[in-house]
Amino acid sequence: MTATAANEIRPRRAGPAALLRRYAGLFRVQLAMSALTAMQYRADFVVKGLIAILWMGVTLVPVLVVFGVRKSVAGWSFPESLVVVAWFTLLRAVLEGAVSPSLTAVVEHVRHGTLDFVLLKPADAQFLVSTAKIEPWHLVDVVGALALFAYAFGKIGRWPSLLNLGTGVAFLGLAIIILYSIWILVVSASFWVIKVDNLSYLFGSLFDAARWPITVFRGALRVVFTFVFPIALLTTYPAMALLGRLDLKTALAALGGGLAFAAIARRVWRRALALYTSASS
Amino acid sequence: MSLDAVPARPGFTSELGRVAKAFPTLLRVGVSEVVAYRAEFLVWILTTNMPLVMLAIWHAVAADGPVGHFDQRAFTTYYLGVLAVRLLTSNWVVWQLSMEIRDGTLSAKLLRPIHPIYALAADHLSAVPMRALVISPAVAILAYVGWDRLLRHDGALALVFVASLVGAWLLIFFTMILMGALAFFVESALGIFELWLGVHAILSGYLVPLEALPHWAGAAANVLPFRFMLGFPVEALVGLLSRHDALWALAAQWGYVAFFGAAAVGVWRVGVRHFSAYGG
Repeated sequence: MTATAANEIRPRRAGPAALLRRYAGLFRVQLAMSALTAMQYRADFVVKGLIAILWMGVTLVPVLVVFGVRKSVAGWSFPESLVVVAWFTLLRAVLEGAVSPSLTAVVEHVRHGTLDFVLLKPADAQFLVSTAKIEPWHLVDVVGALALFAYAFGKIGRWPSLLNLGTGVAFLGLAIIILYSIWILVVSASFWVIKVDNLSYLFGSLFDAARWPITVFRGALRVVFTFVFPIALLTTYPAMALLGRLDLKTALAALGGGLAFAAIARRVWRRALALYTSASS
Repeated sequence: MSLDAVPARPGFTSELGRVAKAFPTLLRVGVSEVVAYRAEFLVWILTTNMPLVMLAIWHAVAADGPVGHFDQRAFTTYYLGVLAVRLLTSNWVVWQLSMEIRDGTLSAKLLRPIHPIYALAADHLSAVPMRALVISPAVAILAYVGWDRLLRHDGALALVFVASLVGAWLLIFFTMILMGALAFFVESALGIFELWLGVHAILSGYLVPLEALPHWAGAAANVLPFRFMLGFPVEALVGLLSRHDALWALAAQWGYVAFFGAAAVGVWRVGVRHFSAYGG
């Protein structure tokens, strides 16, 4: 069956408030399902929590080693870089906890042809697939990120102002939107070339570079990491916002660019979905 | 299923003979698979980009003077070496094996007249030539930039390097078989492997040269197996090791190969008896 057919089965259009309420309810149900699933495997839960802590350490080691030999690198001091690492840890938690698991499941659906069952449900397919699976143990990463923020700003000795904090939060929203959009683009690719599960690994490995401030990269790498795979937007600019080093013009341009990116991703997803013809059934 | 389905147990030598006869075919199959899924193959190679990122960072750090006895040039050769050795020796047996154990596809492979470990080895060995081809530009740059220190222009050290590459491949292969075979017993075998990977990233020299680590961590790295999977061949290649040190490291590496080889086969034997296939 085709996606357009599925869209027509949707119930009569309701007002935006009712729609919002309906989706909030759906979101709650999806969240509860994920939590229940995760709690079924308690031993796994502990192992995964340990892994999260270990990887936080692994993330820090190169930073510690680098700043063990230099006071500042490419204009960033040690505590300032820790702010970037904290952003990275926070975003990784969001990515691996909330974005990747669901969207990896879509790739599986497309390959097995079981996406039909999702498309048949009377709700927006992108919403359904994006909230299907959440891995709660990544909360460990969130706690770690907050601890890093606290340590870094304690070391700097100056806490971010309310305005800086506000910009930071806005950038967090933007970063999540961008991460999600890139992921949606990757998943959309799975409608054309079925075997993209390793594209997600490529995505993850590139995202790893986001633990460093963008200024350490020179030449072509800097351009790629600013515009093509915008890790600068993901961690460096938010960190600069918190540190009060970001001017308003850059901030607004970044926000605009991020939103445009999300809009494009949504369009591509719609196009890709229209192409979907079930694999098996 | 149990091993009873296998025809009367042949002697070890006749088994080796059979493997030797089947191996060229297995390798050919592997190579054509790589060629068939070349896009996927390239994406996998691109996921190993961390050495290049670390190279960029150390370049920025060493811009105003060398770090220890690493200047910018030494960092370039080191990380290109890491990239090359990593791509030549790494494989993904652990994911393959734990998946096949969990979804039961292993049972079909157990029925074949060749032991699955040999088949896995052939599968992953056949990717090596293509990988070598893809990374040859990086190796050429390495040789050009680091020519004056490359293998210390010592034929013996070159032989040690080749032996260390083989050793690293075997060591990684056996540890992965061992961890993958844990899926016979526990559900979170991949979780255990991920913990292992985390320690590996730091103590193998993958993220930072072992010399740059604090003294105690460097000392730990010298006795643990991780360095022998990556750091040791790279150090030999870029001329960081004397002939004497390299020979000692080689002995330790092959000791680990023997140990993990025996452990992997042992765990496999016990596990396969445990195994009751699900699907198949």
